[in-house]
Amino acid sequence: MKKFLEKAVKWLLTASGFVTSVVILLIIGFLFTEGAGLFREPVVEEGYVLALNRENPVSTLTAAEIKAVFDEDVTNWKDLGGDDMEIVPFRLEDADKYFTQEQLGAQYEHAGAAIASLVASTPGMIAFVPGSMVPEGADLNLIEDKNISAGEVFGGKEWFPTATPAPLFGILPLLAGTLWVSLFAILFALPFGISIAVYMSEVASPKVRNFLKPVIELLNGIPSVVYGFFGLIIIVPLLQQVFGLPVGESGLAGSIVLAIMALPTIVTVAEDAMRNCPRTLREASLALGATKWQTIYKVVIPSSMSGIASGVVLGIGRAVGETMAVLMVTGNAAVIPTSILEPLRTIPATIAAELGEAPAGGAHYQSLFLLGVILFFITFFINMCVEFISSRGRAKNS
Amino acid sequence: MSTPAYPKDFSMKKRRSQKVAFIVFRVLSLLIVLILFAILGFIIYKGAGVISWDFLSKAPSDGMTAGGIFPAIVGTLLLMLGSAIVAFPVGIMSGIYMNEYASRGWVVKFIRLMTNNLSGVPSIVFGLFGMALFVKYLGFGDSILAGSLTLGLLSLPLVIRTTEEALKDIPAGIREGSLALGATKLQTIWKVVLPMGMPRIITGLILSLGRVSGETAPILFTCAAYFFPQLPASIFDQCMALPYHLYVISTSGTDIEAQQPIAYGTALVLIVIVLVINLLAGVLRRHFENRLKMK
Repeated sequence: MKKFLEKAVKWLLTASGFVTSVVILLIIGFLFTEGAGLFREPVVEEGYVLALNRENPVSTLTAAEIKAVFDEDVTNWKDLGGDDMEIVPFRLEDADKYFTQEQLGAQYEHAGAAIASLVASTPGMIAFVPGSMVPEGADLNLIEDKNISAGEVFGGKEWFPTATPAPLFGILPLLAGTLWVSLFAILFALPFGISIAVYMSEVASPKVRNFLKPVIELLNGIPSVVYGFFGLIIIVPLLQQVFGLPVGESGLAGSIVLAIMALPTIVTVAEDAMRNCPRTLREASLALGATKWQTIYKVVIPSSMSGIASGVVLGIGRAVGETMAVLMVTGNAAVIPTSILEPLRTIPATIAAELGEAPAGGAHYQSLFLLGVILFFITFFINMCVEFISSRGRAKNS
Repeated sequence: MSTPAYPKDFSMKKRRSQKVAFIVFRVLSLLIVLILFAILGFIIYKGAGVISWDFLSKAPSDGMTAGGIFPAIVGTLLLMLGSAIVAFPVGIMSGIYMNEYASRGWVVKFIRLMTNNLSGVPSIVFGLFGMALFVKYLGFGDSILAGSLTLGLLSLPLVIRTTEEALKDIPAGIREGSLALGATKLQTIWKVVLPMGMPRIITGLILSLGRVSGETAPILFTCAAYFFPQLPASIFDQCMALPYHLYVISTSGTDIEAQQPIAYGTALVLIVIVLVINLLAGVLRRHFENRLKMK
């Protein structure tokens, strides 16, 4: 009986030991299945077709081209590889402009035929209509229905997930925004983080250190939405005044908030590393006549470099994944940033802001899961870097 | 004293650069303290006037422009409790396994790697995952259950790591003593190792609750309701939560004048929860440390 209990408990403990691994696998699995669905979605909104005049030689259009056509940024077919002919975009809402109610029928039962004949008689027209409306055997060319391609997503410079007829899922602006804001955050946090870590581990008296330690812990404990709120109320208006910006919500506001949030991670890990620097090393340096400061920057810092680097990389990881604070202060403009003073939008903020409105199972919804996959792998990579750095550090020390 | 081996001005220079460096460190450290106090002070100053018994005990009213935040406080406490039920048993068991059972080597390394990775996963990814698995796949819907499970998984790595570290510091001799007296491994863990590690485990658990209380991103799509004035009746209900409430009210408010005070008040309540939890953990840690020293 006793033996059985021992065995059962051991089995239970072993099972719970692998829970985190299972969770990681589940995260990868669920995010992937949802995210990969994006590449099975048609470029043009599901159920709709783009109909052209029979004489038009164009048969394929990319999502970006379709958007340009319907935004009337491109107005001539020759820009799209067709004949020199003006483009006449047609949406269902335009039906009233071309037809009387009588022609369309009371229940719009004649609309399909009417639109088909309109397209057939207007050489430059491109019509965005439900596929079911187009009568069978109509004298029309349909734009080839392709699926969203990986190139358009990973190389795309425009993020317009709700555009019709063809949403754009280019992730580059979001990726650039994320990296841009994290980079600046780390640039701000680094000098602070290292200095505080050195001060706490090498210079400060135990009393001061015992005061600073809870301060750092508290900074770590403050919820990110409180940081976001503070940033929104204090930092954003301040930046707007100082730099004379049209809007204060900017990459800079985001990086300042992120810098404060990444600081505790950097300080804690770096301080730990420095305190673990062997006492004999320090004493040898001091005995050779070096001052305390020389010992710090010639002996302690180099010998704890791997720990400091881990701290910095972990700080970057925290900045990259931070959601709420960034969402609240960066302005969320999905454009590739050219300066840190502009509004920008990060991957986590995009997910948080848009998932609520994206219809479940649609292309937009799946694209947000794809962003989740990307984010997961960025942080996974960062963690692996930390593991690598610290294992090398351990090897060197032992 | 004999004369120094190097010229005097060199020694002066060395000392001066040390002085400058230390002053820089001190100033930067002071600055960070000031930043913390600025944030805390600002929220306490602005929020203190808002806090009243009515604010804490009443539901929002008049389209979120008046009333209190009672449902949000209850929601946050429920989520903390729920996540604790999910994460604590599994996390502690996992920590025990890693320190007491797992044969040293690749198993421990692998589990630790996975745990570290899980702790690095951004909270919004947990939110996505929770939505896909609990809300959609398992069909819990937006509910306290889904939110607690998501938050529980999020705090799991922290619980595991604290447990593991607490147990690691217990000297091997104590375990060997117990085993030598004829106790089984399970008895040793249950009667000797766990009681000794408990203080530090509890401190870690409390801190993990603090983290859960402030998380917003994981509950955005799994649980949080913008407006749900009655209290949740079951774990399949949605609930309001303080961090989400603060987010909504400070970013998409309809009437800024009326809602800003509510935002300050909500932020203050959140901060107070975090402060209390940190303080409690600190006090406990000191208390247990002293007790250990006395022994």
